[in-house]
Amino acid sequence: MTLLLATLYQILQMVLVLALAPLLTGWVRLVKARLVGRRGPSVLQPYRDLLRLLRKEVVLARNASWLFRSVPYMMFTAIWLAAGLVPVFTTQLALAPTADLIALIALLGSARFFLALAGMDTGTSFGGIGSSREMMIAALAEPAMLMIVFSVAILVRSTSLAEIADFMMSGAVGLRISLALALIALVMVAIAENARIPIDNPATHLELTMVHEAMVLEYSGRHLALVEAASMLKLLLYMALIACVFAPWGMATAGSGVMAALGGVLVFVTKLAVGGILLALFETSIAKMRVFRVGEFLGGALLLSLLGAIFLYVSRGV
Amino acid sequence: MGLVVSAIAFLFAMAVAGAAAKRLPQASTVVYGGTAGACALIALWAAVGLAGGGPDAALVLPVGLPWIQAHLRADALSAVFLIVVNLGGITASLFGWGYERAHHDSHGASQDGPVLPLYPLFLAGMNMVLIAADAFTFLLSWEFMSLASWLLVLSTHREPETPKAARLYIIMASFGTACLLLAFGVLATAHGDYSFAAMRAHAPEAGAAALVVVLILLGAGSKAGLVPLHVWLPLAHPAAPSHVSALMSGVMTKVAVYAMIRVLFDLLGEPDWWWGGVTMGFGALTAVMGVLYALMQDDVKRLLAYSTVENIGAIVIALGLALVFKAAHTPVIAALALAAALLHVVNHSLFKSLLFFAAGAMLTATGSRDLNRLGGLIHRMPTTAVLALIGAAAISALPPLNGFVGEWLLFQAILNAPALSEWSLKIEIAVVGAALALATALAAACFVRLYGIAFLGRPRSRAAAEAVEVGRAMRLGMAVPAVLCVVLGVLPTPLIRLFEPALRLLVEAGPFDGRAYQPWFWLAPTSAIGNSYNGLIMLVVIALLSVVLVLGIHRKASDRVRWSIPWGCGFDGPDPAAVTQYTASSFGQPIRRAFGSTVFRARDHVEMPAPGDTRPARLSVTWTDPAWLVVVEPLSRAVTWLADRANRLQFMTIRRYLTLMFLALVVLLVMVAVTQR
Repeated sequence: MTLLLATLYQILQMVLVLALAPLLTGWVRLVKARLVGRRGPSVLQPYRDLLRLLRKEVVLARNASWLFRSVPYMMFTAIWLAAGLVPVFTTQLALAPTADLIALIALLGSARFFLALAGMDTGTSFGGIGSSREMMIAALAEPAMLMIVFSVAILVRSTSLAEIADFMMSGAVGLRISLALALIALVMVAIAENARIPIDNPATHLELTMVHEAMVLEYSGRHLALVEAASMLKLLLYMALIACVFAPWGMATAGSGVMAALGGVLVFVTKLAVGGILLALFETSIAKMRVFRVGEFLGGALLLSLLGAIFLYVSRGV
Repeated sequence: MGLVVSAIAFLFAMAVAGAAAKRLPQASTVVYGGTAGACALIALWAAVGLAGGGPDAALVLPVGLPWIQAHLRADALSAVFLIVVNLGGITASLFGWGYERAHHDSHGASQDGPVLPLYPLFLAGMNMVLIAADAFTFLLSWEFMSLASWLLVLSTHREPETPKAARLYIIMASFGTACLLLAFGVLATAHGDYSFAAMRAHAPEAGAAALVVVLILLGAGSKAGLVPLHVWLPLAHPAAPSHVSALMSGVMTKVAVYAMIRVLFDLLGEPDWWWGGVTMGFGALTAVMGVLYALMQDDVKRLLAYSTVENIGAIVIALGLALVFKAAHTPVIAALALAAALLHVVNHSLFKSLLFFAAGAMLTATGSRDLNRLGGLIHRMPTTAVLALIGAAAISALPPLNGFVGEWLLFQAILNAPALSEWSLKIEIAVVGAALALATALAAACFVRLYGIAFLGRPRSRAAAEAVEVGRAMRLGMAVPAVLCVVLGVLPTPLIRLFEPALRLLVEAGPFDGRAYQPWFWLAPTSAIGNSYNGLIMLVVIALLSVVLVLGIHRKASDRVRWSIPWGCGFDGPDPAAVTQYTASSFGQPIRRAFGSTVFRARDHVEMPAPGDTRPARLSVTWTDPAWLVVVEPLSRAVTWLADRANRLQFMTIRRYLTLMFLALVVLLVMVAVTQR
């Protein structure tokens, strides 16, 4: 019975993240537009964009290989699965024991690995620029992310996301400097991984400053729709991750019933709305940095997270 | 045991056959077939022994020095490495058979020196190291292995870089053996018995043990490629024919890891807490430096050799962790770390062989190892491209492949650091964990670069544009490790189960001790505190989601496809050199700038002609290798200086020679008088 319910919750979660991801992106765009004094498009615009792209034909570069055509599916699946692994409204998910936080990071790493390869497949300069910069950013963001996991895992004694959420909700942690450092570092990593300002600008197509957009420049039609949808899912995933680790309140736990889970969905939507407003506020108040300043930004995140882990190692005689 | 010894004897027979019949067309079939058969036999023996709770077979051969016989013994640890070595031997034989035929076909006769007689000898030497049970047999086999591989490196002596590589290799190999010789000497001082059984029975005192730890890290570390003793490895490994490169990089470095484990965990007795700290520190330095070097290389095989340095670093980190936890009397965590090390030994031998084979296939098809002359091979060599993609993804530790499982276990062991009592170790482990994470992320960048430049994009030379897929034997040689990479990634637990006798032998615990329910398709070690990973379910779910996705998209979306020419900034002629696409150096530029400018003092120089001048602009990159500055140059200066001084001894009068002899006699007599009193 528990397993059946967990499977149902898992399916609901997979559908939920898929349905909410474009809405979140639309919401962030709307708030940003209002902040700079524009009216902005409707929050539903991303859904329309995706549908429009799906209906368009695919234009492929002359020498694109099968890899180029299959990567959108692969990366979308990997990110979709990863988003399905982060508890958003309940910790009772069927797939929770399959992959912990480390596996989740590696899953996102796979998506990036294949997308970077696809960027190089057409043999144009833009793809190469995007791929090489993306891998440079990842080379710093991924270790920072793992160090954040270490900090949290030392406190919770687990890397399983469901257990982390349960533990954080129990309130046994209290306020800790390490957690504050980890939160700052996680936000920095999330900004870099989602190609947001100040690392990258999701709205730009200026070749010298592009990272993510340069990598996917040759995609069109349904492939582009998948790539765009995957980025939206990734933004949602990182917000859900921050919420799950640092603000898991309102989530249903073991034996708390179906109504609690439905309540968890509402709380999650509220959290996303607040997160979207914060992101839009941050993005409108800061300027994009040069590509080679990114190393310092993420190196800072890595050091902060390492510092957090070391604080914990030293302060706790576990 | 008799079976293993006769299989090794058979390898020697194959070497004789190879030497005798190298002119015959069927010789390579016989030698590679026979070698593969002998290897399969040994691997099977070891696997059966491990499945039955660990073999413990000993044999004393009446050969060697008159009062010491040759002791041979295969225990569970030997068996694990026997499987690794001989699995590598089987796939390398398969690939080598095809490789040799391809190279014979294209040139009429082989350009290279005698590979056929040396190849079985190399494998025999590695097998002998693993079953040696006294210091003499061990060192003799070790030297045999080194010399056989050295001669194999020299077999391509017509290439301009080979002599330099071979010279450096022989110097580093002698240095390593000298360190091992001293280490065994210290171990045997107390009792004068050189058999491993006697060393195990009499653990040395603290000072002597410390000396042995340092000597073994230097001696075995120089063979394995620990930074800064790695300098020979990226020169020597690529110089050999590709299947031998695979054996040297994927397998011989593991024999060095075996030597470390044998001495540090088995012969030295109870470890001190700082041994693991030192080992781990070396490992972390090796992992990060190795992959940074790899990112700067344009030569495919040299890049792979540097990546071996990185992976050895990860294995040594795991060994250090296991030592630390063994010293802290937490055997279950030590077993977890050691399982991670052994699993990574197997994994790395698989994907590194696979990638070296792929490099060999590229070399056969295009005649080039230079990344900047490859490109677009995914169209010309479809099977190789798929198999190499599996290898690149596995070595980048992507789930659900095998590289990730080893990394996952290692991180779970690192997360247990709070169980330790020394603060310095706790902080070190946090830093080592960060270094390992950095190395893993950089490795992914490194293999995106390798695969993206070599297989994707447009051809960068005529040879790459006209490449043809390699033969069936070579493809099969690549397919076997590729399939194993997937299988071990999805189902790692049975393999760890198989290795449990070795773990019990070394740390007296297994990684799954105390778990009531242990399904074979689920990876949930005891000390991982409820964490678990399941590659099988992950793979099934990914497959399921993909099907849903493809069906969903194609129900809704347009199926129209139009092929078109991508915008190449105006440079898009048929000449491969005039295409504006990224090169290996340009791909490495962001990372070179972020990391290399401090570590390697890497600098980009742009030579921009004045406006109106039609000369092309040029960008050149310079970088210096700190290991050469710190280790190799002082070492070679010292050797030259010593050689010059020793040279004077050859030009003295008879009177001086007699004086010297007399003085030497006096000194020896004084030493005898002092020590005998």
